Amino acid sequence: MLRDAALVAAKDLRIEWRSRVTTNQVLPFAVLVLVLFGFALEPDRGTLRTATPGLFWIAVLYTAVLAVQRCFAVEVADSGRDGLRLSGLDPAGIFLGKAGALALQLLALEAALGVGVVILYGRTTDVHAEHASGVVVAVLLLATALTATAGLAATGALYGALSAGLRVRDTLLPLLFLPTVSPVLIGATKAFEAALRPTAGTHVREGWPWVGLLGGFALLYGALGLLAFGTLLEEA
Amino acid sequence: MKAMASGGNGTGTRPTRVLGLLTLVATALLALYGLVLSPDDATQGSAVRLLYVHVPAATLAYLSFFLCALGSALYLIPRTRRTGWDRLAGVTGELGVLFTGIVLVTGMLWGKISWGTYWTWDARLTSTALLFVLYLGYLAVRRMPATFESRARRSAVVSLIAIIDVPVVHWAVDWWNTLHQKTTILRLHPEISGLMAFSLFLGFVAGFLAFVWLLLHRYRVAVLEDMLESRGLEAAIAERRRETEAVPATVVGR
Repeated sequence: MLRDAALVAAKDLRIEWRSRVTTNQVLPFAVLVLVLFGFALEPDRGTLRTATPGLFWIAVLYTAVLAVQRCFAVEVADSGRDGLRLSGLDPAGIFLGKAGALALQLLALEAALGVGVVILYGRTTDVHAEHASGVVVAVLLLATALTATAGLAATGALYGALSAGLRVRDTLLPLLFLPTVSPVLIGATKAFEAALRPTAGTHVREGWPWVGLLGGFALLYGALGLLAFGTLLEEA
Repeated sequence: MKAMASGGNGTGTRPTRVLGLLTLVATALLALYGLVLSPDDATQGSAVRLLYVHVPAATLAYLSFFLCALGSALYLIPRTRRTGWDRLAGVTGELGVLFTGIVLVTGMLWGKISWGTYWTWDARLTSTALLFVLYLGYLAVRRMPATFESRARRSAVVSLIAIIDVPVVHWAVDWWNTLHQKTTILRLHPEISGLMAFSLFLGFVAGFLAFVWLLLHRYRVAVLEDMLESRGLEAAIAERRRETEAVPATVVGR
């Protein structure tokens, strides 16, 4: 199963690397969302800085929708989906591979968005020595990003396979995906707030239970994906 | 089912008509007790009357979503795969959205009266709203243009994703909310007894009867829809054939 997953993930990443859609279209869109938030909330950096964790994760969710659509659009063209079914690969492995490739792309996008947030919103960590060390904050940020991305990728791979090949997929996917991952938005935003703003009555420590929630979400949908992906692939 | 089998054009049978009548009687009694005979609550005033609809609707919404998940799971398991389970899931999904809508509207009206605002970011209200949108997505999948098998499987998976999300959403929102605002808002369930308790009981009876009545009728409509879909093509071909047979006669007639 893991070997199948690695094959599928490598294939998807190779397609992305060659077509450059993620870097040439999805990434600019993500940055655009950050700029639009700036317009909406006035260039007053106070508001932007306070809302940064939430804005960052909303931008990630929007770009995740595009990435998921893209990830399964490549299977629909030239009957790639039938090819996958005929390949004899384990459906659970295909799910893991799809979700893995999606997760890696999302992590790259998040890193780029992180840089965007620092440059555009002037947001850096307000870490004070008495609250937490920079290392602790960095570990929390990283753990949050990893668990949240795993949850988004698992849900995205499930819904992506589900809406792939449908005429209504462009409108259906956000309607299904966004409410389902709302716990990820809440958890990741709260964890980032705890990491970035330990002075406003919160402590870095308070971010960890949210990481637990994100991890639980990722495991739950990962398990469901492993079980249900075969069903979704079969009937296409 | 008899009415349909005998070529009747309705979905009603004698038992469902009796059930419909009982539903009407129970609703009339609920209106009488809930709106006229039961007293105002000491603290909530007349707003407490919303409870007689709100609480049964919430219970029925959860029952609907549970049945929807059950039907979906049974459809997905190859050994128990029957068209009926898919229909049950679809019908209860619709009923769940209907009752969740009622819960949201009555909850917001309650909020306006009790808290002075239609919407607060109360954990229960927020997670119910998310649940409503989630199942709207489910209904969208059920209406997507695809073959029966494809639609049934995809919607079954969506239903399972949604039911798993219900506790996660609730937990996350609850947690988020309690960290946000420390003050506890007025609970929606005051102590009730006597005529108020009886009115609430009537609410449950009327709600449940309406639920069963809607379920039976909607299920039968779903059967008719499937029959229309499978016979529609045959009927269209037959009609076309008749048309082509009729054309030479009119041409000759000219």
